[in-house]
Amino acid sequence: MEIENQHPFQIDLGHLMAFNPHHQFPSLPSSREDLVSECLQKGTELVQSIANDLFNLPSTEDRDGPLVRLPPPTTRLPREKPLPKPKPPTKWELFAQKKGIKNRKKDKRVYDEQTHTWKRRHGYDRANDEDNIPIIEAKMTDESGEDPFAARRADKKKRVEKQEKNRLQNLKQAAKVGALPSHIQLAATALPITGTQAAPKKITKDELGNVAGMAATSTASGGKFDKKFAGEKPAKHQGKYRKFLPVVEGTGIGSREREQTEKVLSRLISKNSHEILNVNKAVNMYNVKKEKKQRNQGKSSSMSSKLKPNKKLQKKPLKKGSSKQGKAK
Amino acid sequence: MLQIRTPKNRKVKRELEKRAPKLVETGKKTLILHGTKTSGVLNEVLTELYHLKKESAVKYSRKNDGIKPFESGGDASLEFFSLKTDCSIILYGSHSKKRPNNLVIARTYNQHIYDMVEVGIENFKSMHSFAYDKKLSPRVGSKPFITFIGEGFENVEELKHLKEVLLDFFRGEVVENLNLSGLDRVYVCTAISPNKVFLTHCALRLKKSGSVVPRMELVEVGPSMDMVIRRHRLPTDGLRKEAMKTAKDKAKKKEKNVSKDIIQGKIGRIYIPDQKVGDMAIVDKSKGVKRERREAKMKNRDDGPASKKPKEDSEKPKEDSE
Repeated sequence: MEIENQHPFQIDLGHLMAFNPHHQFPSLPSSREDLVSECLQKGTELVQSIANDLFNLPSTEDRDGPLVRLPPPTTRLPREKPLPKPKPPTKWELFAQKKGIKNRKKDKRVYDEQTHTWKRRHGYDRANDEDNIPIIEAKMTDESGEDPFAARRADKKKRVEKQEKNRLQNLKQAAKVGALPSHIQLAATALPITGTQAAPKKITKDELGNVAGMAATSTASGGKFDKKFAGEKPAKHQGKYRKFLPVVEGTGIGSREREQTEKVLSRLISKNSHEILNVNKAVNMYNVKKEKKQRNQGKSSSMSSKLKPNKKLQKKPLKKGSSKQGKAK
Repeated sequence: MLQIRTPKNRKVKRELEKRAPKLVETGKKTLILHGTKTSGVLNEVLTELYHLKKESAVKYSRKNDGIKPFESGGDASLEFFSLKTDCSIILYGSHSKKRPNNLVIARTYNQHIYDMVEVGIENFKSMHSFAYDKKLSPRVGSKPFITFIGEGFENVEELKHLKEVLLDFFRGEVVENLNLSGLDRVYVCTAISPNKVFLTHCALRLKKSGSVVPRMELVEVGPSMDMVIRRHRLPTDGLRKEAMKTAKDKAKKKEKNVSKDIIQGKIGRIYIPDQKVGDMAIVDKSKGVKRERREAKMKNRDDGPASKKPKEDSEKPKEDSE
């Protein structure tokens, strides 16, 4: 024990870890219980030595108990992920540095010339909004037939596109160093070998099926005598989608095309056609209007008695109908 | 052609930022999983270790095929799981005739296996088999003491490696400020023989000793087990060097509203909200003090109901005119 006291244990307060490198079992204890109790006893010594250091650290009283500031751990453990890399400067930042341009803070509120009020610089209802100019004064240099508003819009669009291009370029540079922001991914939309500019579309299952179906039926026999592959399904839409009646006059179907078109035409053209005028609806509308009128009159004169006969009049046809039904039964 | 892809919603963005490399890392998450075959003992070991690390662990409960640590290409799925769950310590349990009750503790660096230790579990005692005062039982997520006993941890290479891995596994979150009243658990690791480690989990009882430092007393709460070292794989020197890198200085938080003056020294600017004099007069704002509603009711009783009386339409305009 005395020797051990002279050689203090290795203590890492940052991890609350203690290590006793001097202990050695002369002979393993015969029973498990002895072994455990000895281990616990040695462990207690170690914990006590950590506590000796820990409780002597300067502490601040908190509501939950004394708070102690731990020293940084001395045992070095491997990191979980590599150190984050610093972001390389953008092209503008490089340029600004070369020219000695410094960022200045801009006010959030700006005076709006049009409305003579103070407005936000950016966002909805912003001051001096380019997209929201009611009048552009004509100049002598203006060419006729040119829309100055459209020109402005196109110009703005071009600027936005240019900025987007610059942003992508800067991100590419950052990706090369491995300092891309964690929430941004650069995804390849086309292989560089093909040199295509447009992004290739992802082919869906349905589209593939359609193409396969088309290919299968594009033989002279419409795929009727072709060999079927294992697992090949019959085409979903067999035959035609739309029927066109023959235009040439003849017997049977030939005359039906004429009938069809004539029917549509007569419906459109004839003014007094009963098909167009919905009699039931018209009568209803008339009745409702009349009723409203009477009601309004009744209110103004505060005579409710006028409503009664009207109601009876309306109910009459209903009663008749019911009686008829009764007879039929 | 490249396309800039950004998360479609804030939640995803936050999650991605959480997983991004940090200058100062806080703690490692643990993934606990098992192979196609496990034993009853191993199942218990895995669940109890999961309970010990519950605040920062993910447990897979299904069989995982095709994981063969220490074999070339056998840890591909471990690396994938590590990437998926953002865990950098992996506990993998398996049971075979050749290696019964086998537990592999692997660590990853940058989602690739960094090092591995394989141990066999013997003499396992579950935490349910210990009888103790339940008031002492450690709370979830408390910072543990970790003790290593025995010269084996310094002289034998395998044990030295195991010591580092166990320390990394048990230490939990790296904290700066520690509440001394929250200390309630100890892990005791003892090297019994050059290839065997006895590991147990104890609760801590602080007893008065008359001085500032309380007297420590350990109460075994389990689980406890013997770990027999089997295979192990150390990281290559290059990888170790890279993984041990630390940030030179901590990222300083931007100091706001503080300026320095030659004569006056440090000057701070603070914000004091408007004094709302009208509000301040009433100190007690509790419900009972408020009289408005009750007074309003009284008023209603006086003349309110009268006005609510159903009236005929002809009378109404008369009142208005009055």
